[in-house]
Amino acid sequence: MEDTGLVTVLLAMLAGAIRVSTPFMFVALGECLTEKSGRINLGLEGTLVFGAMAAYATSFLTGSPWLGVIVAGLSGSLFGALHGAICRLKGVNDIAIGIAMMLFGTGLAFFFGKAYIQPVAPHLPSIALGFWTDNPNLAKALEINPLFLIGIALAVLLWWALANTRMGLILRTTGDSAPAALALGINVDLVRFLATAFGGFLAGIGGAFLSLYYPGSWTEGLSSGQGLMAVALVIFSRWNPLACVGAALLFGAAGALGPALQSIGISRGYHFFNAAPYLLTLIIMILTTSPTRSLKGAPGELSITK
Amino acid sequence: MTALASPAPRAIGLETVGMTKIFGPLTALDDVSVKVAPGSFHALLGENGAGKSTLVKCIMGFYQPTRGAVMVDGREVQIPNPKAARDLGIGMVYQHFTLVPSLTATENLVIARADVPSVIDWKKERARLDELFDRMPFRVPLDVPVSALAAGEKQKLEILKQLYLDQRFLILDEPTSVLTPQEADEILGLLRGMTERGDLTILMISHKFREVTQFADDVTVLRKGAFVGSAPAKSLTVGEMSRMMIGDMKLRERAARQSFEDKPVVLELAGVFADDDEGLKAVEAVSLKVRSGEIVGIAGVSGNGQSELIETLSGQRPLADGRFFVKGEPYEPERGKMARFKVFGFQEEPLRNAAVPRMSVAENLAFRTFDQPPIAKGWGWLSPGPMRARARELIASYRVKTPGPDEPIQNLSGGNVQRAILARELSSEVDVLVVANPCFGLDFASIAEIRGQIMDQRNRGAAVLLVSEDLDEILELSDRIAVMSEGKITYVANAAETDRTTIGQYMAGHH
Repeated sequence: MEDTGLVTVLLAMLAGAIRVSTPFMFVALGECLTEKSGRINLGLEGTLVFGAMAAYATSFLTGSPWLGVIVAGLSGSLFGALHGAICRLKGVNDIAIGIAMMLFGTGLAFFFGKAYIQPVAPHLPSIALGFWTDNPNLAKALEINPLFLIGIALAVLLWWALANTRMGLILRTTGDSAPAALALGINVDLVRFLATAFGGFLAGIGGAFLSLYYPGSWTEGLSSGQGLMAVALVIFSRWNPLACVGAALLFGAAGALGPALQSIGISRGYHFFNAAPYLLTLIIMILTTSPTRSLKGAPGELSITK
Repeated sequence: MTALASPAPRAIGLETVGMTKIFGPLTALDDVSVKVAPGSFHALLGENGAGKSTLVKCIMGFYQPTRGAVMVDGREVQIPNPKAARDLGIGMVYQHFTLVPSLTATENLVIARADVPSVIDWKKERARLDELFDRMPFRVPLDVPVSALAAGEKQKLEILKQLYLDQRFLILDEPTSVLTPQEADEILGLLRGMTERGDLTILMISHKFREVTQFADDVTVLRKGAFVGSAPAKSLTVGEMSRMMIGDMKLRERAARQSFEDKPVVLELAGVFADDDEGLKAVEAVSLKVRSGEIVGIAGVSGNGQSELIETLSGQRPLADGRFFVKGEPYEPERGKMARFKVFGFQEEPLRNAAVPRMSVAENLAFRTFDQPPIAKGWGWLSPGPMRARARELIASYRVKTPGPDEPIQNLSGGNVQRAILARELSSEVDVLVVANPCFGLDFASIAEIRGQIMDQRNRGAAVLLVSEDLDEILELSDRIAVMSEGKITYVANAAETDRTTIGQYMAGHH
C-alpha cells in the first residue's frame, strides 16, 4: 500500500514534470538567449499571458491549434521587439521596462481575452509514447506534447549554436563586453533587439502551451508566475540552455507535488505543497547566490551583475 | 640576396596632414602633421588631454577630423569607420582590453576576423592558428577563457590578434601599463624586431620615457592639442622630452625626504586574508608594519590582490581572516575608529571610491566632519553655512578649480576631484594614510602636487601605505618597498637596497 502510494506520487510527479515544465522551458530558453545578449527581459510573464490568450483565440477562431502556437510566438516577438526597441534608447533601464511590459502584456491579454473565457478551442494533440506499458498511470505520464520535444531539441540546438556558430559567438560577445563587440564592428543594439525579440517568440509559445494543452483553457489566472520564475531558473542554470531544461523539469516536478499527493489522498497541506515551486525558487536563489561572490558564468553586460 | 628574392617590405607608412578636430568650443587637435615611416617604431608622447587619443581615433576612423587628411604609403585615404582602417591594414591595441572575457583565446581570435563562417569548424581554425603561432615570437594558452589569463598574456593576445588579422600598421595605446618591466621589455623588444625586419610599423602612445628611449626610432610630442615637434628618439634627452610635453609650466619642487630614527610602528596588518568577488582567495596572509614617518610602497602588477587589500583597509570589503592594528590597538575600518585613530586615505578613480559624484563639492568635502561641530548642531541638523565656509577655505588652500562650493563634484576635472579629496583627507592631523594609485590618469602638475602632499604627510610623521601599479611612483616615494604577487607579499626591502630589476622579477612571480 505504502509502495504503490509512493510509486503513484513519483509517477504523477514525472508526468507533472513533463507537462508543467514545457512553459518553464520555453520562457527560460528565451530569457537565456536574451540575457546572453546582455539584457534582462522581465516582461516575459506578460508575453506568456498574452501568448496564451492569442493562441487560444486563434485556435478558437480558425480551428487550428498549431496556427495558434505560431500567432502566440509572433505576438511574443512583437512584445520582445518593443522591449528591445525601448531599451536601446539612452538612459533606459531594462528591468524597469521589463516590469512595465509585464503589466502591459497581462493587461492587454485580459482586455482582448474577455470574449474567449467561455468558448472551448481545439487543443494541441499529444503523442502517446506509453503504448508499450499496461500501467495506466505510466501511459498517462508518457502522453507527451510535441512542444515538449521541440523544446528539448531547441535547447540542444541553442547549446550547440552558442559554441559553434558565428551568431553564437556574436551573441556571447555582445553579452559579455559591449565595448569589445563595438570594437569588432558588431551592432550591439541590433543583436540585443533580435535576441529580445526571439526570447519573446519563445515565451509566447510557452503561453500557447498553457492555454492549448495544460491546463488547457484561457482564464485570467492561467499563469502562476512561470514567466517570472523562469528568470530565476536561468540564473540557477547559469545561462546554459541544457541546464535550463533540467531546471524546468525540476520546477515542473515541484509544481506537480501538490496534485500528486492529493491523488493518493493526502490533502493536508495541499496549498502548501502547491507553493513548492515558489519555495524552490526562493531556496535555490538563496543557495546559489552570495553577497560576497559575483555570479559565475553571468554575462558581463547584465545590469544585475555590472 | 637580390632585390627580387627578398619579399617586398610588408610594413606600411602613414602620415597625417594638418589634422584638426574641433568638439564644440574645444579644439582637441590643432593642425597636427605626423609622419610615420614604414618599418619604424614611432612614439607619441603627451600629457593627458594633449590630443594623442583624438589623433589616433581620427586615424582609426572613430572620429572624422574637422580638417586634414590621412595618407597611407603617400596616397590620401578616406577612413569613414574603424572597418575601413582595418581594411587598410591599420590596427589598434587599446589600453583597456577589447577581448571578450568569457570566450577563449581561440574564440576571441576567430570572432575578430572579418569573414567568420556561419558554422565554425574548430579543428580547422585551431590548425590555422597553430600554423600562425609557429611564426610568431610569443604564444598564449588558447583554450582557457580570457578572463583566466594574466594581464601580460592578455596584452600579448591583443597584439597577436592584430597580427592574426594581418594588420601591418599597429597603434599601441600605452601597451605596457599593466605589465611588469620585464614583460614590457620582452613584448616591445619582439615588436621592435618585427619593425626591423620590415613586417610592421608601430605608433605607440606612451608616457614612459624609459620605453621611448629604449625602443622608439622617432618621437612626436603633442601638447594641448598642438604639434610640438618630431625628432629621432636618440637625439632627445629625457629632460628635453618632458619639457616638450609640459612646456614652461612650473612643477612643484619635490619635497625633501626627512630622515627619522626608530619611530614607532603605527599601522600593522597581521595575517590579513580576503576573498575577491568570485569568492576566491585574493589576499593571503599579508603582514606588514608601517612606522611613523615612513612610506611603505606595495608594487605589483594590477590584479594581484592590491585593490582587494586596499578595500579591506578602507572598509569596502570584509576581512576573511587577520586583523589590523593602529598604534597597537585593534582597528576595524569603521567611522568612529577612523576618526579616533586618524586614519585617512585616497584611491584611484576618486569619483567611484571616495566621492558621491552628484553631491556638491562642499558636501563631499564635509564627509569626514559633517557629524561634528561646527557643521552638526545637534538634533541631527546640519548647518550649511559653516559647511560652505569650511569648503571655501579648503578650495582656496588646495587650489581646487571649481565654479563654487555648490558645484556637483562630478563636473570637476580629474585632477581637481583628486585635489578636493586630498583637501578632505589631509587637512586635519593624519596618523595613518592609505593611498592607492593616487595619480592614475592625472597631468604632470597634479601628479607633482599629490606626490608632494604624500611626502609632506610622511615628513610630519604619518605612517603611509602606498599601493601603486606605477613602479616609478613607488621608487620615487617609498622608504620601504614590498611586492605583492598572487595575493601574497613576496618581497620586502628598503628602497635604498633594491632596484627595478629585482622588484620586477618578484612582480612577475619569478624568484
